[in-house]
Amino acid sequence: MYAIDHHDLGTPASSAVAPVTLEIDGRPVTVAEGTSIMRAAGLAGCSVPKLCATDNLKSFGSCRLCLVEIEGRRGYPASCTTLVSEGMKVKTQSEKLGSLRRGVMELYVSDHPLDCVSCPSNGHCELQNMAEVVGVSETRYGLAGERHEHLAKDASNPYFTFDPNMCIVCSRCVRACDEVQGTLALTIQGRGFESKVAASQDESFVESECVSCGACVEACPTAALTEKPLHFMGQPERAVTTTCAYCGVGCSFKAEVKGRGDAAQVVRMVPNRDGHANQGHACIKGRFAFGYATHADRILKPMVRARISDPWREVSWDEAIGHAAAQFKRIQQQHGKYAVGGITSSRCTNEETFLVQKLVRAAFGNNNVDTCARVCHSPTGYGLKHTLGESAGTQAFNSVMKSDVVMVIGANPTEGHPVFASQLKRRLRQGAKLIVVDPRVTAIVRSPHIEADYHLQLRPGTNVAVMNALAHVIVTEGLVKSEFVAARCEPAAFEKWCTFIKDPRNSPEATESMTGVPADTVRRAARLFASGRNGAIYYGLGVTEHSQGSTMVMGIANLAMATGNLGREGVGVNPLRGQNNVQGACDMGSFPHELPGYRHVSDAAVRTQFETRWQVPLEAEPGLRIPNMFEAALDGSFLGLYVQGEDILQSDPNTHHVVAALSAMECVVVQDLFLNETAKYAHIFLPGSSFLEKDGTFTNAERRISRVRKVLNPKAGLADWEVTVRLANALGYPMAYDHPSQIMDEIAALTPTFTGVSYDKLDRLGSIQWPCNEAAPQGTPTMHIDEFVRGKGRFYITEYVPTSERSNSRFPLILTTGRVLTQYNVGAQTRRTPNVTWHSEDRFEIHPDDAETRGVKEGDWVGITSRAGQTVLRATVTDRVQPGVVYTTFHFPESGANVITTDNSDWATNCPEYKVTAVQVVKVSQPADWQERLRRRYEPDANHV
Amino acid sequence: MNPAQLTKMVNDIAAFFASESGEEQAVTDVSGHLQRFWDPRMRREIVAHYARGGEGLNELSKKAVAALAKASQ
Repeated sequence: MYAIDHHDLGTPASSAVAPVTLEIDGRPVTVAEGTSIMRAAGLAGCSVPKLCATDNLKSFGSCRLCLVEIEGRRGYPASCTTLVSEGMKVKTQSEKLGSLRRGVMELYVSDHPLDCVSCPSNGHCELQNMAEVVGVSETRYGLAGERHEHLAKDASNPYFTFDPNMCIVCSRCVRACDEVQGTLALTIQGRGFESKVAASQDESFVESECVSCGACVEACPTAALTEKPLHFMGQPERAVTTTCAYCGVGCSFKAEVKGRGDAAQVVRMVPNRDGHANQGHACIKGRFAFGYATHADRILKPMVRARISDPWREVSWDEAIGHAAAQFKRIQQQHGKYAVGGITSSRCTNEETFLVQKLVRAAFGNNNVDTCARVCHSPTGYGLKHTLGESAGTQAFNSVMKSDVVMVIGANPTEGHPVFASQLKRRLRQGAKLIVVDPRVTAIVRSPHIEADYHLQLRPGTNVAVMNALAHVIVTEGLVKSEFVAARCEPAAFEKWCTFIKDPRNSPEATESMTGVPADTVRRAARLFASGRNGAIYYGLGVTEHSQGSTMVMGIANLAMATGNLGREGVGVNPLRGQNNVQGACDMGSFPHELPGYRHVSDAAVRTQFETRWQVPLEAEPGLRIPNMFEAALDGSFLGLYVQGEDILQSDPNTHHVVAALSAMECVVVQDLFLNETAKYAHIFLPGSSFLEKDGTFTNAERRISRVRKVLNPKAGLADWEVTVRLANALGYPMAYDHPSQIMDEIAALTPTFTGVSYDKLDRLGSIQWPCNEAAPQGTPTMHIDEFVRGKGRFYITEYVPTSERSNSRFPLILTTGRVLTQYNVGAQTRRTPNVTWHSEDRFEIHPDDAETRGVKEGDWVGITSRAGQTVLRATVTDRVQPGVVYTTFHFPESGANVITTDNSDWATNCPEYKVTAVQVVKVSQPADWQERLRRRYEPDANHV
Repeated sequence: MNPAQLTKMVNDIAAFFASESGEEQAVTDVSGHLQRFWDPRMRREIVAHYARGGEGLNELSKKAVAALAKASQ
């Protein structure tokens, strides 16, 4: 069942532009060439009855309900599979057509339950609606014949049911799994009357290859596939368009709601088919895993305590905020104004992050503000700003549909960015070539109908050496796009780079012993990338979270410039951002050295703009980054911290070090949905609000600004932005906003790339990709078209410097980390949903050879020791990892993945080197005591929807 | 601030600029990086560490911190 406010046109829009004029039911209609008659009729307001057609799937022509008459043609063609032509005259209604449709509908109805009133899809069932449209209320065939009503219902998936009794075998679910999701988990099994929808090899949905994206459920025209809440909550009453709060794809959703005010409840989250980032698709997290927003673990009352060893005491908002302000003021009076700071969150809105950094700069009077992007994509900002001139990706997601060669580096899109992965797989199935650079065999390397042309399975920590080797081949084999480089890039820097990269030490043969990637594979991959018409690079945290993260980002930009792959659709440098608003948090001035719009705090002219608007003098010196805050806390110069929506204790490296730093502070204020790990060391807890409870905007990985709309009242009474406003006022710095739209107006007034952004325009356009200003009033899908933001592109020398985190006889294995589809980051949200059905613990992947030498078998507990600490995880023995490399995820606090990661970080930005930790592994009998205590505390609640 | 940690950070920065810039320019670039991205208390600490002999700082880092110290006078 698609969104309740969706007007379905039956077949997808044509990408052609040439107009075609025809006549439908006597009315002239002009549509694009390649449009189906069904869609043209729908656009003209004379919809044709249909069942197997829906406008996000290719036409299929199986239900025979959409037959029409075309003047001069024999028979009754299906309007979904017949395209318009100039001068065509179509009749959608006639006595004969009515008779044919009724005959078809009677057959459907004869094998379908008629208890519509008690059906979860009642009122939105397409079979029910079409029966009414064609005038069928009973069937000549009666109900005595053989029917499918004895077939068992499959309720195995925690989010939806499959009732074959309701199924009309229209294949929409199967086609959705194929065309929209690209998993191909569903099929029509059997023939004739025995035909039925089956998951994988006729397994239950939950045991099958199904990834629970919900595309099949959304496509189903009946109640065969339905979301479980429809069964016990009933039909939603209204739909509110908003943006998902999970990954950086930033999918647009219709939140379908029942009730109003405090009684409002979200029944379903349905992907918005007009959504610009996701184009009607979703993943299991955004589609189904929103139950955390109403989970019993939510803290709804502000709390304070004098010492972290004291129990929490519930207080009023006024008392909590007044206490926080008094503590921050006391610390500043006693220890100076630089002794406090704040951390913004990539999970909060642009408006909220803008306010937190404003509070730090204007109310605290310093630049000690940082954001969780510090630990993920800060090297992207540094690397792309220096090479191309802007700290952002260059393309829109749908640019990939024009790519001929795609290089995926250090990213696992099917797990981390699944909706983009579906689009990528669609393009790969159309014939685009794929190069994967990753230490592991990820799903994109090999999956149904997908196989990477080259998998450069490098050793963790050798990214830059591999990138240099690729560039070496391109330069030495004459594959540089010289015209592009000459016209668009700084010549002296390019020449210097050429000299560097041509040096034999950068050749694939010379680097092979370090990277582990066969030289011949590197050479072939380089040739493939350079020879493709459009080559696009997509990368993730496997690039940034290294000691040379910024160098690698520069290397990627170098490669894109050298091969002429920037400034048009189908190409580009595309960071896949981890969280929903990483891009936005960075744009909003969350870094300690930059004001909103990536302008350095030392720029007096920029500071003057902000000082004039904010009516307060601003600091010209950079403040502390998150890891620097920890160091300063330990030396006693940083004692107060305001953390909005970020669990630094679980997400930052070297947990013992973070614990020591937090313990040394005098006032830690945590604002969050849940009492997270950091809150254990907090003195004041301020309840946060979920994305469903506030207005605002998120900016996704393609610079797309999308509206977040309030669906429910804030459960704790205040939205996050309101809490920051109150805290600023309590600190004595006046903030007065009635609505986040006013905050966006201030952002637009102060930020050149946001000048043209407003809530009115966002409502009108749906979303906007910045820069949006006088030069680009509708936004900028593709950047750097005629010239780079910095003018000429700048090549940088990217000398490979091995990390100091080396394996040796004590720590012989290299641990690297990643994510799984069903869990999200530190798991605060997804651990509180039935997603734990699929992934209830972090597993430790080890190669069969390494496992054998240690006597480790599948499922054994293994102790992992690094230079920073030790933890215990359950082993998965797999050749997805190469010998010498081990891997785990970090979604569960009891796993302690960051207990073992080290303080090593990127040279330019201090982004932690999560991806390389030398470890030793031994078989043990059980987890550590601290892990057991945490495990009991976070016992997953699989029953909460 | 932990001088050993700051020393490692400066040496890492120097490793990049040692190859990117010429020898003379690298000194300017490393000290410029510290100026643009480091909180003043970190800069003061590394300058103080340098004044105490700069244990662990490599040659380029020492020159860069010396330049930083000179600029901040």
